[in-house]
Amino acid sequence: MAVLLVASFAMIHLIPGDPVRAALGPTAPAALVQQRRADLGLDDALPVQFGRYLKEVFTGRFGTSFISRQPVDQIIGTRLVNTLELAAVATALALLIAIPLGMLLAVRTENGRHRGSELTFTAVTGAVAAVPEFLLGVGLVVVFAVALHWLPPAGRAGPDSYVLPAVALAAGPAAVLARMVRVETLRELGKDYVRMARAKRLPALRLYARHLLPNTLTAALTVGGMVLASLIAGTVIVENVFAWPGLGSKITESVVSKDYPVAQAVILIYGAFVLTVNLLVDVALAALDPRSEIGRR
Amino acid sequence: MMRRILRSPAGLAGVVLVTALIVLAVVAPPIWGDRAARIDAAEILQGHSPGHPLGTDSVGRDIFARVLVATRPSLVLAFLATLIGVVVGVPLGALPAVLGGRAGRFLASTVNTLVAVPGLLLAMFTSVVLGLGARGAVIGIGVATAPVLARLTLTLTSSVVGSDYVAAARVLRVPRGRILTRHILPNVAEPLILNITMIMGSALLGLAGLSFLGLGTQPPSYDWGRMLSEGLGRAYVNPEVALGPAAAIMLAGIAFNLLGERLARLAARETAPAGRAASAVEEPAADPAPEGTGDILELDGLSVTFPGAGSAVRDVSLRVSSGEVVGVVGESGSGKSLTAQAIGGLVPYPGTVRTTRHRLDDRDLDTLDRAERRRLLGTTLAMVFQDPMASLNPALRVGTQLAEVPRVHAGLSRTAARRRAIDLLGRVRISDPARRARQRPHEFSGGMRQRATIAMGLMDSTRLLIADEPTTALDVTVQRQILDLIGEVSADNGAGVLFISHDVAVVSQICDRVVVMYAGRVVEELPVGDLTSGPAHPYTRALLASLPDMNTDRDRPLATIPGRPPGPGELPTGCAFAPRCAYATDTCHEERPSLENLPGGRRLACWHPRSGPVGAEHVHDEEDGR
Amino acid sequence: MNIVDLTVRYGSATAVDRVSLEIPPGTTVGLVGESGSGKSTLAKAIVGLVPIASGRIDGVDPRRRQIVFQDPYGSLNPRMTVGASVAEGLGLPRADRAAEVRRLLAQVNLDPALADRYPRELSGGQRQRVAIARAIGARPELLVADEITSALDVSVQGAVLNLIRELRAERRLSVLFISHNLAVVRYVADIVAVMRAGRLVEVGPTDQVVGAPRDEYTRALLAAVPNLGGRPAVTR
Repeated sequence: MAVLLVASFAMIHLIPGDPVRAALGPTAPAALVQQRRADLGLDDALPVQFGRYLKEVFTGRFGTSFISRQPVDQIIGTRLVNTLELAAVATALALLIAIPLGMLLAVRTENGRHRGSELTFTAVTGAVAAVPEFLLGVGLVVVFAVALHWLPPAGRAGPDSYVLPAVALAAGPAAVLARMVRVETLRELGKDYVRMARAKRLPALRLYARHLLPNTLTAALTVGGMVLASLIAGTVIVENVFAWPGLGSKITESVVSKDYPVAQAVILIYGAFVLTVNLLVDVALAALDPRSEIGRR
Repeated sequence: MMRRILRSPAGLAGVVLVTALIVLAVVAPPIWGDRAARIDAAEILQGHSPGHPLGTDSVGRDIFARVLVATRPSLVLAFLATLIGVVVGVPLGALPAVLGGRAGRFLASTVNTLVAVPGLLLAMFTSVVLGLGARGAVIGIGVATAPVLARLTLTLTSSVVGSDYVAAARVLRVPRGRILTRHILPNVAEPLILNITMIMGSALLGLAGLSFLGLGTQPPSYDWGRMLSEGLGRAYVNPEVALGPAAAIMLAGIAFNLLGERLARLAARETAPAGRAASAVEEPAADPAPEGTGDILELDGLSVTFPGAGSAVRDVSLRVSSGEVVGVVGESGSGKSLTAQAIGGLVPYPGTVRTTRHRLDDRDLDTLDRAERRRLLGTTLAMVFQDPMASLNPALRVGTQLAEVPRVHAGLSRTAARRRAIDLLGRVRISDPARRARQRPHEFSGGMRQRATIAMGLMDSTRLLIADEPTTALDVTVQRQILDLIGEVSADNGAGVLFISHDVAVVSQICDRVVVMYAGRVVEELPVGDLTSGPAHPYTRALLASLPDMNTDRDRPLATIPGRPPGPGELPTGCAFAPRCAYATDTCHEERPSLENLPGGRRLACWHPRSGPVGAEHVHDEEDGR
Repeated sequence: MNIVDLTVRYGSATAVDRVSLEIPPGTTVGLVGESGSGKSTLAKAIVGLVPIASGRIDGVDPRRRQIVFQDPYGSLNPRMTVGASVAEGLGLPRADRAAEVRRLLAQVNLDPALADRYPRELSGGQRQRVAIARAIGARPELLVADEITSALDVSVQGAVLNLIRELRAERRLSVLFISHNLAVVRYVADIVAVMRAGRLVEVGPTDQVVGAPRDEYTRALLAAVPNLGGRPAVTR
């Protein structure tokens, strides 16, 4: 977290030349640049700036936009909620698809049985994982919104407006996760405790849900955290495709228009998201893995 | 190498597509460059037409030509980004192994943290710092790729550095530089290079994404991502203008992914030991089935076949009666464990099991329907496996696992099953069973886990306990306790025990009868007392002679058996042991001896049985491996 | 070869606790103990693979100590031929290496033509012999054999044990033979040392330790050794 704070603070100072000059363009009068610099406190000593920056971050204010002169927190407030909603829906979707699908395929294709299913699964997930969100998004829009008129092409209105963005966002991570779940399930299936449970002739549901699931999840979650983090980053792209009024569409706008305080704040928030997800994954792992009580091997 | 890549359809498709892309990147700009740049004010923003299959852009340039020409910048930028990733990431990942100690650990954990940061965020960060454009995007994606490569390098090097062969080289005082170049690099580099293809694919997609957002390539330059975002606004009217760049990105992404995945898979396989493959099909066994004997287990004509690998178990017959402990001995590959699994109905796919007779507790398993079979096996059969660390589910409490069988098969209530679980733990002499039942397996010692697994299968209805190398993973002192426990269980329950082991000495401790298996067949069966007084099969005798025990003469070399057991596909026509046997004659090589019943409850398959105590008659010159 | 008050720690855990052990030239010392008793750590400390916290090892030049590991599948570099692996520790000019490699392979009863093969083409027993050939190629005075037969089949184990005995006789090699199998140790060793929880609990001539154990743990170990036909353990 500390690293993140320093990095986002340093960002503005790493920009070659004068950020204000860069933002206002080479034709802006020197006096205006000077005044803007003073307004923003860019002429103070670095530690003073950093202290002020920290204070702003912890009070949730994030400074003022270069362009609109509005406080950054006002700009991003509602957008943050929108992005969170989209990410949550997509995450739930990805998990709900990936875990059962991966486990089902693992059980079906154990020891090289049903080669056909396995090949189809690998091919489909491989293809889906290889298609970037923006392509999938565009494709979905063309098919379901433009051609079929089933769902709205963009914006955030009713519940149906969530469908396309969430699918576009969740598909890739779901494919990657499903593959990982399958591999982990296969590994667990090869262990003696599964043989043992099979020797005990437990009903299939009990075997898979009670014996396999917790162990598979523990293994898959470790890498799964990374996939979910990239899902969050994916909102940046998907929001742009669907004109979703969230942080993602704001960040590109602000980067292109060189509105550094806004970009700084949004990157900071995204970074915090990712850290939080990783933290949650660690906590979940600790909760799921009985061995973590005595330190993990 | 190439041939193995091409062997799979995915690999083939990957190679073809990637080659096509590279060729296109080289030839497209000279061929279509002019067309792609020609501005035609008369044909602005056109859709599909014969002259422009994918339409034209805002200044009338042909989109199809532009897509083709954009192959070069798209690939080159992706290559540059990957290069940055390699140059930064590989040394970063290799350093922890070189540095070692605290600095190494710190670096390793840093790499692991960085991997969690999504590439897109890092790329955005650098785009802000370095300004918009291809340079910022490439550096951004490169920097974002570096942690991924660093982590891959880290995993690969640490497994190689920790290997026994590097330790051996260090003990041999092989110079550090040489260890690096001969041992570490070759074993790291190949998988690393193979994995880079996939990374290049994701770099390409990442760059396209940035360009799509307007953060990558800036006009007048263009790449696929830029073109897609320009086409997106028009996609609602003329979908074909977005189709070209979209298809190009997708194709490139899939191409690199297919090839990369195939390469990565090969890289993983390279280092694994090569398995044997051979083929032979075994005739079905057709012994007449004798009348029911009232034994707990009656098994005749058991064969287990794996497609392409021949029969691993052939024509095995076994009897286990109430309260009796029968040992099955054999080396790895003798088929002893598969026999156990076949009895329990646990042979993994794609193995096929055939029997001419398979009766458990006086009921014919082959005639029962699925549900009855399941119930019979679940209630009368218990199994114990080799590794007590793996036999218990690490995620569930021991008590829960013990309560399962009574709950599922005897229909006990939750509390009754729980009480029963505690009772079972007590019966295998685990102290304070009520407390132990609430613990998870990792809180148990190895011996206690094996006790718990034994308890797990025990019910009043248990008739047969199959123990597959149950003490191999345990220390000798614990081994003795577990053997005693198995003996007690059999005596108390009147259950039969099938005890499988590679160690004749262990088997002789607890068994009443011993069945010796070699190359998938039973070659001899004898009461345990006859082991020392005189087994008849040369293999049994050689096995006993080569095993040092507390009475072995220390002044003489140990007896050895030359050669090694045949694999399932390499069986000779005659006796499988003949090539290693000191007494083999032409008959032995030509004709397989059948398993005959002998007086005294013995069975034997040999043309030239021996008699008398096992002496030193088997001492051979060292020939193994010549 | 003399180990004096040797202590090895992993973090706060003491794996080897003030162990003193003498290995006279040309003798084989057998080291027994259960898993986790510190046997393997002691082996690694002797050949310098783990740092020593305190104590010292005298008598044999560190370069004249070699080790053979338990797992025959992990101890050879999969990307080097058998010959190249064996040649590495020889320290000979290039021209003489091939001949010496052939001689060493023959000495461990392997076909010298195996020099051009890769480890994956060899069986476990053959690999273990290659590892032994590699170790003796460095002309060691002390060979540490860490559970070298536990991963092998019974019928192959005997040949490797015989090889160790031959080498000791021919080369006047000192051997530290580590195993959890007391019967195997009894067969190859002149002196037996029993280790438990990082400490040596009993050291003495094999007949004495096996025939008249003084330590209670040694007695427990002996009593637990499975013997053919369930007869009680006796010495010859």
